[in-house]
Amino acid sequence: MNIKTISSEPTPGSSATRVALRVRDLKKCFGSLEVIRGVSLTAHRGEVISILGSSGSGKSTLLRCLNFLETPSDGEIWISGRQVSLRDGRTGQREINALRMKLGMVFQSFNLWSHKTVLENIVEAPIHVIGLPKREACLRAEELLLKVGLADKRHVYPCHLSGGQQQRVAIARALAMEPEILLFDEPTSALDPELVGEVLKVIRSLAGEGRTMLIVTHELGFARQVSNRVVFLHRGQIEEENEPGAFFGNPTSPRLKEFLSAQSGEARR
Amino acid sequence: MIDLQGFGDQIAVGAMTTFRIAMASLVLGIGVGLLGATAKLSQFQVLRRLANAYTTIIRGVPELLIILILYFGGTVALTALFGRYVEVDAFAAGVFSLTIVFGAYAAEVFRAAIQAVPTGQIEAAQALGLSKALTWRLVVVPQMWRYALPGLGNLWLTLLKDTALVSVVGLEDVMRKTGVAAGSTHTPLTFYSIAASIYLSFTSISLVCLTLLERRANRGVRIAE
Repeated sequence: MNIKTISSEPTPGSSATRVALRVRDLKKCFGSLEVIRGVSLTAHRGEVISILGSSGSGKSTLLRCLNFLETPSDGEIWISGRQVSLRDGRTGQREINALRMKLGMVFQSFNLWSHKTVLENIVEAPIHVIGLPKREACLRAEELLLKVGLADKRHVYPCHLSGGQQQRVAIARALAMEPEILLFDEPTSALDPELVGEVLKVIRSLAGEGRTMLIVTHELGFARQVSNRVVFLHRGQIEEENEPGAFFGNPTSPRLKEFLSAQSGEARR
Repeated sequence: MIDLQGFGDQIAVGAMTTFRIAMASLVLGIGVGLLGATAKLSQFQVLRRLANAYTTIIRGVPELLIILILYFGGTVALTALFGRYVEVDAFAAGVFSLTIVFGAYAAEVFRAAIQAVPTGQIEAAQALGLSKALTWRLVVVPQMWRYALPGLGNLWLTLLKDTALVSVVGLEDVMRKTGVAAGSTHTPLTFYSIAASIYLSFTSISLVCLTLLERRANRGVRIAE
């Protein structure tokens, strides 16, 4: 019996060398309006990248292009080493669905299915997309609900939950597909201030597990704490990209400086 | 006690026919309506145009005329097809015409209902990798019912009453049976009142069922009390 294979601790740095997501020169136009104007971004395994930017900068569109909720106009996307074919906007539906299984998406407005209970919301995709037996899917769902602190709510309909609880269920729903990368599209923007904390806590614990995550957010303090890297998007382009210390402590682009000072002014009010 | 003068059994048979023709047209009409709505929302212009022509024509012509045209038109067409005179069965002709009428109105109800499903609900399904067919079955259709049911309920009531029109092409329904009874007994008020009460009981039962269906469709929706 080989002991080594059982006690294989990953060597430091080895996990970071594996690329989970690579985007090159991504573009997205709505008619004549170019919303994403050539974005290149690489996320390594286990990396947490926060994407900041004022409204209209293309943050959400960028995220939505990654899982084809918007079809990118041009560029290249690799997910876990495999390139997504993107020629003349023609990507097969089957390929898109396979890609989406690897990307968990959490929406600003939760988008839990209102006619299904919490548990049904979580098990539907594993059962129908992966083909997991119902019992197994339920077990997995209950585990996830425990993790987001909502085990007692499994038979409740989303309308009876607070926004923060709904978002935690939405996170559990995304996790149930065991995605390689999690995409968060302003996960706390629709929440009452007192509910933001509980959702951030869950996201923070996911970061602690070493999950690869892209987070579009307005929570600067949170981005600073949780990210390995922060990206500032301005008019569809990456204006600045740095590790959080330098990003917030020593911004170089005048637009980022302006953005940060406006945001901190906002926070003081 | 009202004296039915021996027409009781006949009227009961007529009531059954009315119910059967309405149910058959409802089931088939919902199918036609769903197809019509999908065609109206299709990305293919040809389908959209066809569906729009269908609903425009049918909704713009009196039901009685449609029944007459389809009945006599059907007879002519079948006769031409088989090279000899073919008599169209009144029940089949009735179901066919009422299905065509109900389907046209239902297509509009379904189209609006499908469009009322919030995009976020569909995007959530897409983001999880659910195929179009699964998204349709698991999310769009169950949510669409919420918006479609009140409209469909109205159409069902209209359909129940429109079955009376099919008696003009010889369908032995409540209307015709009571009409015969009224004529031969010279007590029209009695028999037409009986007919009215039969329609009313059908519609009342329907309303109860509709309330239950709506309650079921609206599970997970908080309604202001």
